[in-house]
Amino acid sequence: MTNYKDIYRHCCMLCSQENILLHKYCRDGVKMSVQSILNTAASLLSLTSSQPHTRARGVQLLSEVLQECYGDLTEREVEVLIAFYENRLKDHYVITPPVLRGLKALTKCTVLPPGSAVSMLRSLFQDVHVQSLMLAERACVYNMLINLMETREAELKGLGADFVFGFVQSMDGERDPRNLLLAFQIAKTIISRGYDLGKFTEELFEVTSCYFPIDFTPPPNDPHGITKEDLIQMLRAVLTGTPKFAEFLLPLIIEKLDSDVQSAKLDSLQTLTVCVSQYEHKDLAEFLEGLWVSIRREVFQTSSERIESACLAALTALTSCLSRSVLSSESEDCLSTFLDLVLKDCKHHLSEPDLKLVWPSAKLLQASCSASIRASHVITASVMPNIVEQYNIWSHYNLLCFPLCVFPPPLEDSVFLAYRESLCSMVFSALSESNSSLQITATSVLTSLGQQTGDIQPVDLGHICLQSERSLSSCFSQTACLPSALMDQDNTEASEKLSHHAVRQRCLSALAAVSVHPSVVQESTPVLLEVLSSAHTGSVNFLVEEVVLACRSLQRIAEQVQDTEETGRCFHEVIIPRLLGLTLQAALQDEGSSGHRSPLVEEAVLSAMVPVISTSCSRLQPQLAEQTASRATSLFLNGDVSFLPDNSFPSHIQLQSQMVCLLMGCVHCRNELLSELEEMSCTCTHTLSYTSAAKCFAGLINKSLQGALVLQTIVHWYVSTLGLLKASRYSIVFFNPQVAKALLVRYHPLSTTLTDKLFSLLDNTDLGSMAADGFSLLMSDSADVLNRACHADVRIMYRQRFFSENSAKLVQGFNAAPQEKKPNYLKALSNIVNKLPKQVQVTELPALLSLLLEALSCPDGGVQLSTLSCLEPVLADPPAALIQQLEALVSRLLALTSSPAMDVRIASLRCIHALSRFPVHEVLPFRAQVLRALARPLDDKKRLVRNEAVQARGEWYDGSC
Amino acid sequence: LVGGGAMSGGTRLENANPVIFQRSGERQLTASEEDDDVHDPIDDREIFDILSINDPEHPLSLEELNVVEQVRVKVDDAGSTVGVEFTPTIPHCSMATLIGLSIKVKLLRSLPDRFKIDVHITPGTHASEDAVNKQLADKERVAAALENSSLLEVVNQCLSTRSV
Repeated sequence: MTNYKDIYRHCCMLCSQENILLHKYCRDGVKMSVQSILNTAASLLSLTSSQPHTRARGVQLLSEVLQECYGDLTEREVEVLIAFYENRLKDHYVITPPVLRGLKALTKCTVLPPGSAVSMLRSLFQDVHVQSLMLAERACVYNMLINLMETREAELKGLGADFVFGFVQSMDGERDPRNLLLAFQIAKTIISRGYDLGKFTEELFEVTSCYFPIDFTPPPNDPHGITKEDLIQMLRAVLTGTPKFAEFLLPLIIEKLDSDVQSAKLDSLQTLTVCVSQYEHKDLAEFLEGLWVSIRREVFQTSSERIESACLAALTALTSCLSRSVLSSESEDCLSTFLDLVLKDCKHHLSEPDLKLVWPSAKLLQASCSASIRASHVITASVMPNIVEQYNIWSHYNLLCFPLCVFPPPLEDSVFLAYRESLCSMVFSALSESNSSLQITATSVLTSLGQQTGDIQPVDLGHICLQSERSLSSCFSQTACLPSALMDQDNTEASEKLSHHAVRQRCLSALAAVSVHPSVVQESTPVLLEVLSSAHTGSVNFLVEEVVLACRSLQRIAEQVQDTEETGRCFHEVIIPRLLGLTLQAALQDEGSSGHRSPLVEEAVLSAMVPVISTSCSRLQPQLAEQTASRATSLFLNGDVSFLPDNSFPSHIQLQSQMVCLLMGCVHCRNELLSELEEMSCTCTHTLSYTSAAKCFAGLINKSLQGALVLQTIVHWYVSTLGLLKASRYSIVFFNPQVAKALLVRYHPLSTTLTDKLFSLLDNTDLGSMAADGFSLLMSDSADVLNRACHADVRIMYRQRFFSENSAKLVQGFNAAPQEKKPNYLKALSNIVNKLPKQVQVTELPALLSLLLEALSCPDGGVQLSTLSCLEPVLADPPAALIQQLEALVSRLLALTSSPAMDVRIASLRCIHALSRFPVHEVLPFRAQVLRALARPLDDKKRLVRNEAVQARGEWYDGSC
Repeated sequence: LVGGGAMSGGTRLENANPVIFQRSGERQLTASEEDDDVHDPIDDREIFDILSINDPEHPLSLEELNVVEQVRVKVDDAGSTVGVEFTPTIPHCSMATLIGLSIKVKLLRSLPDRFKIDVHITPGTHASEDAVNKQLADKERVAAALENSSLLEVVNQCLSTRSV
């Protein structure tokens, strides 16, 4: 009965406390929980009831109140409450759940009196058997622990190993995944915050490791969203958290690696990879052999790629752990012991004639190699001689792959330095093999060799490269030796030719890839030039794509090579003159038209040459670039061939007009050049020529100084001649936008004159349509000349600026234009709007809406299509102005669904689809009309149209009822 | 180890854990489909793609549950007929009529008027096959069912492609 007296005493105390609280709340004013506290205080009498269930209700009520207002309690109040609750833990079992809830609320108090955390936990561990509680109460206990560990770490550590023991007892046998996540979190904190494990290390390991490996399938429709992966990650964090677990964990992993379940193996390997990053060699020493045997077995036998890569990752982690360890004078070197083990089991496979285990062995060796420099030294020293020897016997490409595999990780190059010679000879002999996969592997090795910068001296690389050239040229000559007669024979030979094409491509790109260092470039570029010149003369048969590729390789070299005087000279004094010379020869020869047509007159090749010149001019050695530009200009203007090699040109040559495109690479401002270019772009009929000339002209205009007289006069003169329309029509409509663009992108005030001219051309009967297309050119990004890479003066947001300045003009012009000219305006509008960034489109379009709607009924299919593509994103978030015009929009879109062009039908159906997402009250009036109209495209002859119609019609049925 | 039973809650589903089949993937676009002048006839695959609609019980499409298979879809474009056989996931599935109705409504909405549409259960896969087939074939009943607004709502939910 003393028990009940106790309760009563507490209760009275509590009542008076509550009264005080109550007064305080009343004084402070509004608090939601006041009423509930009042009720609690009234019903607290039930705490003294002789019925356990009644008492439980009382405690429950109190706990609920505490959950609401734990933040407002004073230290004294908390102390009393804790004493009360601790006492209640000894009461009847039905009272335990509400007591735990109350205690959990109290653990969140900031004013927890010192010592109370410890006393709370002592009574908890003593009086409650956690695993016999219900799920929610167990969670309650875990949450209490988590709360206390967050705020009272020092106090809990004072409990010593008892705390760990208490926790181990509480979680022993837990089965619910939600609670397990909490328990793992506690265990992880215990380990990571350095709580004293005492003699309970093994117990803590046992109680958590019994879940390893996790096997859990969430029930369908699981509302908690706990996945197997969550549990795996949490448990792994616990198990790998401390080296103290090593002696228990490693045997467990070895055991689980024997398992038949794939996921268990995978989990074990990943856990191993993580845990060794924490361990030292002495933790590992006694299990090394077991681990290695398991890993080796898996790699040799498994068919699963995931397991294999997990094994290799684990091996790498193991080796790097061993490499990291500090040796004392008397201990043995774990790393070399381990690597001996690896080598003993792998090396002999490399020399087995059946080659079956070569690949897995190479992978294992490579994995241990990549762990550390020390490991790679040991393994390379032991394996390389063997590989070289084997390669000489078998020439199997698996063997060649080994050095290839070893290269990618950023290792010290000195590892291979000793074997450079033999490696090179291996690569070169592979290059001359007939097996094309072997050749491709070899070029890759060569590429990675070339990319290694660091210890390898440039001289060495040059040496390698020199040899590689020889083999490359031998390769070329071999492929070229295939008689051209093969070309029109049967399929097998054609495919062989194809693979030769692949080899050539590889060679060219390998050559470009290795050319980073200036001295290498000195050696590699002549090879590429040789390719070009033999293609030109026809001594070796090259496809046009291969010639283009050679140009690309040169461009790539120009992009990546270090900018030194040496390379600058190489490009500006050797390569560019050579390129110009060859092209010129080709062009002249073409006039004479002998039997062989040089690929160097092809537009594709010329266009590929332009970036070589422009990259070298913009990247390498400004003074030399200037010199090149002026030479090229004088070549173009005066036919000055003095700087070209192989000077066998006639003294007076008439330049081929298409050579002008090479000028795009390097323009140098001279007045006579401007007029020459202007002349050419307005009179020439050859497309490539007049477009290139116009681009060069635009580039010059763009770069000439602000306010320069030449600029003003040129533009004024130009505008006046434009009025006379003396020029060929096509070129003039190309020329004007180019020049206008050159000025527009640098915000030059004169640009308005030119764009106004373009606007006025829209009214022209013949040129109106092409002028409208000119706006597309004006607004789009330029791939050559007028971009930042070519040092053009390009300001940001010139498009927006142009649009905001000119949209009103466009609307005005449209309104004033006669009916038959209106389509030109609409086309121009759609060209301009299409290139604007989407955000600008969405904000600017409402102003132009009536015009766009007009454009939908314009007969031009292109205008319809681009208008529809402008409209579609706007429809996703319709402005109010659009909703007002809904009727017109719907009827126009529906009319377009029977357009003759498939694209227009599809785009209009998409817009109709988007309309269905408008607010229901807006679209409901059109529902019947739309559904009826969409019945027709359901029977369209094109499937793609039908698909859109089905989706749109479904949405209209769906969204508006 | 971790039991599943403790965590499943909510209402019981008739078939909570169905076998899921792999989707057949997007239809490959051919050059002739992009050619404006070629006429593409309506074929089985096209009808099948229209029918990748949601099952009322599962957040899975009828295709993934193997309720509708391409081999059980027959279309005759010239003769303007479509026949679809569907297979309920379990023989006592109470949703069979609803699935059938959804398929029928979807086809009515997605095909030109000229088509005669026949939807029925794959023979021998449902306990009350004949009754369901009869209901689905009865034009008046289908029309009446679509007058029922709450039923229509469920059907629309099945047909909806929007994520809820």
